[in-house]
Amino acid sequence: MSPMLWIDNLHVCVDGKPILKGLSLELPAGEVHAVMGPNGAGKSTLSYVLAGRSGYEVTQGAVAFEGEDLLALSPSERAARGIFLSFQYPIEIPGVPGLTFLRTALNAQRKARGEPEVAAPQFLKAIREQAAALKIDFEMLRRALNVGFSGGEKKRMEILQMAVLTPRFAILDETDSGLDIDALRIVAAGVEAMRSPQRSMLVITHYQRLLDHIVPDRVHVLSAGRIVASGGPELARRLEREGYDSYAGEPA
Amino acid sequence: MSLARAIEIGDLAELPSRRDEDWRWSDLRALIRELPAKSRAYAGAPAPGLFEHLAQTKIAIMNGRLPEPVPRPGVSGVLALRIIAQGDGAHAAHLGPIDVGGARLVLLETYEGDGDHVSELDLSFVVGAGGSLERIVLCDEPAGAVSVSHAEVSLAPGARFSQTVIAAGAKRQRIETRVSHPGGGAAVRLDGLYLVGGRRHADLTTVVTHTGIGGITDQLAKGVVSDQGRGVFQGRIIVAAGADRTDARMGHHALVLSDRAEVDAKPELEIFADDVACAHANTVGALDEDALFYAAQRGIPEPQARSLLTQAFVGEVIDRIEHAGAREIIRAWVAERLLPSSRAGEGAGGTDG
Repeated sequence: MSPMLWIDNLHVCVDGKPILKGLSLELPAGEVHAVMGPNGAGKSTLSYVLAGRSGYEVTQGAVAFEGEDLLALSPSERAARGIFLSFQYPIEIPGVPGLTFLRTALNAQRKARGEPEVAAPQFLKAIREQAAALKIDFEMLRRALNVGFSGGEKKRMEILQMAVLTPRFAILDETDSGLDIDALRIVAAGVEAMRSPQRSMLVITHYQRLLDHIVPDRVHVLSAGRIVASGGPELARRLEREGYDSYAGEPA
Repeated sequence: MSLARAIEIGDLAELPSRRDEDWRWSDLRALIRELPAKSRAYAGAPAPGLFEHLAQTKIAIMNGRLPEPVPRPGVSGVLALRIIAQGDGAHAAHLGPIDVGGARLVLLETYEGDGDHVSELDLSFVVGAGGSLERIVLCDEPAGAVSVSHAEVSLAPGARFSQTVIAAGAKRQRIETRVSHPGGGAAVRLDGLYLVGGRRHADLTTVVTHTGIGGITDQLAKGVVSDQGRGVFQGRIIVAAGADRTDARMGHHALVLSDRAEVDAKPELEIFADDVACAHANTVGALDEDALFYAAQRGIPEPQARSLLTQAFVGEVIDRIEHAGAREIIRAWVAERLLPSSRAGEGAGGTDG
């Protein structure tokens, strides 16, 4: 069976500067893989290029999602196919209440997939339950999305959006950054609750601590724009002990 | 010099031009090479207006003609004032003073019609102690029209005046409001919103003169310009000598959605008094690319995301409208203009040539 996500020899430039230099990765359906690496290795570039952000120029290589050329799709088309990015720094959306934003997004995705829209009462019921599980005050959803929210609130809001949009493939970009230990547990439990044989996840992180809560099937080490090592969950613990130094000198 | 005067005596030399500092960006002399003939009487009956069902009193000024006898508008309740034009002629009218006294009046004022008319309406209002006037103005005129609305507002101490102007622009469309503000607990809110696309031009000009102690003015103007649209905001707040403890705040923020659109803004605070709290903020920019990408990543296609973010941007002005019925009608009217299929520009400029 072909993997859900297949990345082959991906080269990406930002502002003309090569960031990813031949990255290859396969992510089978139902698996959770972690991508770990030092600052500047290209972790965020990987998440943005998969989500389709402009300014990330693919100069070589290919990405297929469920057999389809991902790079040919617009960001919203990718979202409708089931790709979700939990942002490292979620964006503030002034003037748009969280509820409005999320319902607009859900119905736009459903429309793109040829599914009927979700009616307001049904939507509210679902989001109430999900918000309660993530300990998000429902009133917060009536406020402009992310505006004035703390770092932890923004991260919980990302996971809430993921829970409501039920993606096929989620990229969690440094979801642990800025979280205290209680918030980390809530967020990790939210992610764990979404693990399923039909859903894959890429957990991008600098530190191992998130992986104590979300135990990955595989761990990849990203250094200087390439995957330089892969292994089981024990690889994350080794990196925590030994640091990334032993990979810094790997030939590109 | 005014457009009304030029129409009245048929003399182009009376048109305001760029030589007047206040008309620098909305020059009529250079625009109008020949004055059209005076408008004929309005033929037929106009379709019901947007706000009429909310009003107890209705006045329609059609092709510059006031109803006979000239109505003495009720000073309380809700008044629908329709300024309706038909054809390609020129006309001007004057109504007022509308004296609200100590009562409470909501004025729902619409500029509407068809044809490439050239017109001016002059209004004047007086609000007494304890009285309040909320004036809501919707300018939805043809792309080929030249239209000036000029209002003088005189307040007593303790009076309230709130205004929201929504302007879709025209060949030239200027809504000018001059407020005489005596302080003494009088409070003014002076909001505006322009949505111009095609080759339309909207000009929101306001002048507030604080003459007494302790007056409050709160102004929020926003604009969305697209295509080759042009928005002009001129907001002047004068705090005269002796008008101490005046609290005046002005904000103007514009979204520019195309390279060929233009915004000209001149916020001015002229302060001759002591111990005043005055502030102004002025920003002109594009939609936030990060927010657009964030919305797209969640599945909202770019045109829809642009519309959503633009509506959110203008929503702050609409939220401040006090009359709930009018507020929701305006919200729907604005949302319609900002739909992905008919952005501010295309929706407003469909008949531009």
